[in-house]
Amino acid sequence: MAIVELSNVAKKFTKGKEVVEVLDQIDLEVEDGDFLALMGPSGSGKTTLLNLIGGIDQPTAGSIKVAGQELNGLSSKKLAKWRSENIGFIFQFYNLLPVLNAQRNVELPLLLTKLSGKQRQNNAAVALEIVGLADRAKHKPGELSGGQQQRVAIARAIVADPKILVCDEPTGDLDRDTADEILSLLELLNTEHGKTIIMVTHDPKAATHAKHTLHLDKGRLVQEVA
Amino acid sequence: MNALSLIWANLFRKKVRTFLTLFSILVAFLLFTLLRTVAGAFGGDIDIAGVDRLQVSPKYSIIDLMPVTHMNEMRQLEGVEEVVHSTWFGGNYQGVNNFFPKFPVQPRAYFEMYPEFVIDPAQLDEFERNRLGAVAPQLLADNFGWQVGDRIPIEGDIWMQDDGSRLWEFELVGTYTSTNEDNAFNGFLINFDYFEEARPDQTEGLVGWFIVRVTNPDEAAEVAAQIDELFENSMSPTRSATEAEALRQFANQVGDIGLMMNGILSAVFFTILLLTANTMTQAFRERVPELAVLKTLGFTDLSVASIVLAESLLLCILGGAMGIGIAVVVSNAISPQIATFAGSFNLETTTILAGFAIAALLGVVVGLSPAISARRLQIVEALRK
Repeated sequence: MAIVELSNVAKKFTKGKEVVEVLDQIDLEVEDGDFLALMGPSGSGKTTLLNLIGGIDQPTAGSIKVAGQELNGLSSKKLAKWRSENIGFIFQFYNLLPVLNAQRNVELPLLLTKLSGKQRQNNAAVALEIVGLADRAKHKPGELSGGQQQRVAIARAIVADPKILVCDEPTGDLDRDTADEILSLLELLNTEHGKTIIMVTHDPKAATHAKHTLHLDKGRLVQEVA
Repeated sequence: MNALSLIWANLFRKKVRTFLTLFSILVAFLLFTLLRTVAGAFGGDIDIAGVDRLQVSPKYSIIDLMPVTHMNEMRQLEGVEEVVHSTWFGGNYQGVNNFFPKFPVQPRAYFEMYPEFVIDPAQLDEFERNRLGAVAPQLLADNFGWQVGDRIPIEGDIWMQDDGSRLWEFELVGTYTSTNEDNAFNGFLINFDYFEEARPDQTEGLVGWFIVRVTNPDEAAEVAAQIDELFENSMSPTRSATEAEALRQFANQVGDIGLMMNGILSAVFFTILLLTANTMTQAFRERVPELAVLKTLGFTDLSVASIVLAESLLLCILGGAMGIGIAVVVSNAISPQIATFAGSFNLETTTILAGFAIAALLGVVVGLSPAISARRLQIVEALRK
């Protein structure tokens, strides 16, 4: 069953008097439980496509249905609520809040739930346990290595138990070994925890961890590599 | 963790900057609270002085003197119940820093005019009998550690004795209190007979002002007009007003106290507004991507704006509370000293509440622009920054 369905999606930006077509005629279906890698050269529209699927950007045309919800026309408020329930975001530069320790960074999405303070703490601790960072819970991002910060970001992404993880170059800022550890963790989340993962990457080796790879070029999907 | 701890953590992201801003707000509210209290000390008597009493002063200047015989003429007027006089003595007690007002008065008549001042009858008798006698407010006596029987030397600056001596020595024969805490009226009262006898002959029979009790307070304005009309063409024309108005005019000799205080406070708050607004704007700009992350995680536009606004409110209210708190401690500590020359010096609850209201308003004004910007933040654009 498709958890992500894009139909004839286009995205244009206006830059001064120039109209830039970032995405054009995108039709895409991602099955529930898939691990999809999106590859392509810089400026091909990978991140824009990811942002549209994650509901943090709106298409110029076309339809986007994710986790059973048609995203077009949703108000900003409803879209925010939908994101909090269905999507976990993982960024290249982790985007943790430097003023909060790992535990509190992971707890952040749970502030939007009705869980009690104790439950939030427990859930955050479990998420940190899953990513292997239980012993770093009280450390602030500045006191953690890049790989550890990305693990915290992954814990934050999964703590509210979303169906889909969208990852924008999750290993782009990491060395090879650390990148492999992170990719293995994502694989684990996909296979053991059933998360659907859509990952943008430049790195062909990273893409080998995915079940499928799609290529984008000049805003169009060009081929699928098995 | 809850929303408050997130706001708190964000507030102290740059500790030095936050503490400096907090300190600035603290100083502003310390000033606000103390200056409003000072203004209240000057205005306090104005509010409570009885309207059944009029003060009759020289028309053109408070340093002019008037003949004491005016009293008898005033007593003839319909609506005048009683008249007493008083005079500004000036003078220094152990240097210029120990200021308190001193007035030569007619002992018994003066206390009859001011029933709110309570004195032991035996001490009043002694005050009347002893020409060197003086009585002091209890607060003033406590402040200087005076006991009944002490000799109080005053070095005259306005008044010298007929023999050219500037040293006046009085015997403290009693102390008095006030039934109205806000009208302590801390005058050191001197027996007029001694003052009259000892001062230079050419000033004998002259006094500073009169206090008139009217029969009917509702007719005070008419009586005041009659008095001024009576002396209009004399050598010493008068200006009569309620004591409240007279005190206001006296305070205005220095300047419009309220206007001065408001001017100072406006300048202080305008500066604080700019300073805090700058801090909040900087703090907002520095973490635009973080706010975008919050939105990405599912925080709504409104909740992110609320977080930004709450930081500003917390900063201003925290600084305001600290400033007001210190002002409470300071005003309690200096109240007895101030009260010896300015009457009451009480920090009013309304001043404290006004302080908190202004702190909240400052927080809203300062935080509104960053909050609106936070609300409008587009996630994708903000994440690129």
